[in-house]
Amino acid sequence: MTSPVTAAPEATETGAAVTRRAAARRVTGRPVGGKRRQRLEILLFVTPALALMAVFVVYPVFSAARMSLYRWKGFGPMVDFIGLDNYARVLGDDVFRDAVAHNFIIVFASILVQLPLGLALALLLNRRLRGRGLLRTIIFVPYVLAEVIAGVVWFQLLQPRTGLLETMISAVGLPVPEQGFLGTPELALPTVFVVLTWKYLGLAVLLFLAGLQGVPDELYEAAQLDGASWWQIQRSIAIPLLAPTIRTWCFLSMIGSLQLFDMVWILTGGGPANATTTMATYLISQGSQRSNYGIAGAASVLLFVIGFVMALAYQLLVLRRDTKAEG
Amino acid sequence: MATVTAEKEIPVARRSRRSGGAGPFVYLAALAVVAVTLGPVLYGALGGFRTNEQLARDPAALPDPWVLGNYTRVVSNPDFWRYALNSTVIAVLTTVIAVLAGVMAAYPLARYQFKLREPLFLVFVLGLLFPAAVAIIPLFILVTRDLDLGNTWWGVALPQAAFALPTTVVILRPFLMALPKELEEAALLDGSSRVGIFWRIALPLSMPGLVTVGVLAFVASWNAYLLPLLLLQGEMRTLPLGVADYSTQYSADTAGVLAFTTIAMIPALMLFLAMQRRIVSGLQGAVKG
Repeated sequence: MTSPVTAAPEATETGAAVTRRAAARRVTGRPVGGKRRQRLEILLFVTPALALMAVFVVYPVFSAARMSLYRWKGFGPMVDFIGLDNYARVLGDDVFRDAVAHNFIIVFASILVQLPLGLALALLLNRRLRGRGLLRTIIFVPYVLAEVIAGVVWFQLLQPRTGLLETMISAVGLPVPEQGFLGTPELALPTVFVVLTWKYLGLAVLLFLAGLQGVPDELYEAAQLDGASWWQIQRSIAIPLLAPTIRTWCFLSMIGSLQLFDMVWILTGGGPANATTTMATYLISQGSQRSNYGIAGAASVLLFVIGFVMALAYQLLVLRRDTKAEG
Repeated sequence: MATVTAEKEIPVARRSRRSGGAGPFVYLAALAVVAVTLGPVLYGALGGFRTNEQLARDPAALPDPWVLGNYTRVVSNPDFWRYALNSTVIAVLTTVIAVLAGVMAAYPLARYQFKLREPLFLVFVLGLLFPAAVAIIPLFILVTRDLDLGNTWWGVALPQAAFALPTTVVILRPFLMALPKELEEAALLDGSSRVGIFWRIALPLSMPGLVTVGVLAFVASWNAYLLPLLLLQGEMRTLPLGVADYSTQYSADTAGVLAFTTIAMIPALMLFLAMQRRIVSGLQGAVKG
């Protein structure tokens, strides 16, 4: 997502052509009708987008921040100013602290499990393979389905006793949890994670495959001539060259995991006993179900700050290398 | 975007030479992946052809006999069509607004030279970091009370378009920058206005990019849950809401739920198959550029 920096040089063809065009623009492309006219045109072009973002993105975010300073149940004017009390309450609430922990468990589990799995599948599919195109389409199917719709199907699969999964496990003679996978507090979060992996692995595979296609064939051929094995080639050529794609995927995965809502809401609603709450389910249940708007506002701000800090830190520590290398 | 061109440039012959063929182990692994990936989807589709009694007796069996009743009940249910209509209208509105406002904003950011260009672009990049969840409660209050658009198509489409804008602009700007400038320059010399050039030259030329961001916005809206959940009730609900509510309301009717869910999957799957290349290149574009 730092992409504008990395993207621009890629998207514009060769450097020489760009310079030539830039020179041409300097000659022919003077603003038509002077500076004021140009300003007017820019304003005309940009206003609809900026107005939409101002009304539906920026204003609500600031409004959440304001709301977080009041005790407000949603009726009458917002007058009961209580400073940072809502933040103290949210941060002191075990349910919210657990929710943050759950988000971070999903963040790290995604990277630890989906990254190697996605990488392995991408390397596998990058070989000469009959029906590779079809395979690629199939792997991507879960990603295209709505999280809610996929969730409803998995909810049926995971039904205690009568669901397909438990019947299959019992048939092999393995024990099943008494309350079902989604009903047992210790198993609920791992189960949600498995479903998320099913849903999102296709995206990782697809992006890695695209990255692998950018690896020049000459490198493979040279390595083969030098007698390198398949695994040696993957380890010392393909994977290092894939590093920028991997780093970007990690970033996307992290942001997605921090905002997790739909799948949890469908599978468990945050239960059992708050074992699967996330920051987003916490703020929705406080805001829209209990009308604790001040609390929901404070949780929103915390969700934003955590996401922003993580994004910034990742940018500075990890993605920065890409920009530096390319610039 | 870059990948689209890159992919085309690699000749097929070259690509197929890459690092050897595949042994039986690779095919076995591929088969396992296909089974795990499609298993739940097939379970849903086949379960819809069975009765609840069949499902209870053996969840893993094939339909015997095949029953059409569950599916015909869904298709003849006016609520289903109502949800599908709502989903379609909201997705179309979202897409049109996001693409139009997005390409308008991306154009000067790609083609004009002005002082605030980069800061302005940064506004859209930062927009990527604002998840809808953060703004959702105030958004609910804004739409239902201040704008009086609660439980309407526009009430959902406008905020969704606003949240789709950052991705749209971030993908479209490099795309517009990469378009050849010669045509526009010729038109400028002929005395066309910049606005005229935008409509008659830049817009048609950027169609492939517009389709890509359009499909992304459409799919995001079609699959959206959180905002519709707070804003829409009753007969204004969209398909995801309808599916979720149906599955809790008729939880005893597993076969019915599976049939409903399967039919609700079809539009997204068909759109994906028709637009596969666009969706894929768009996502890669969103990551790479």
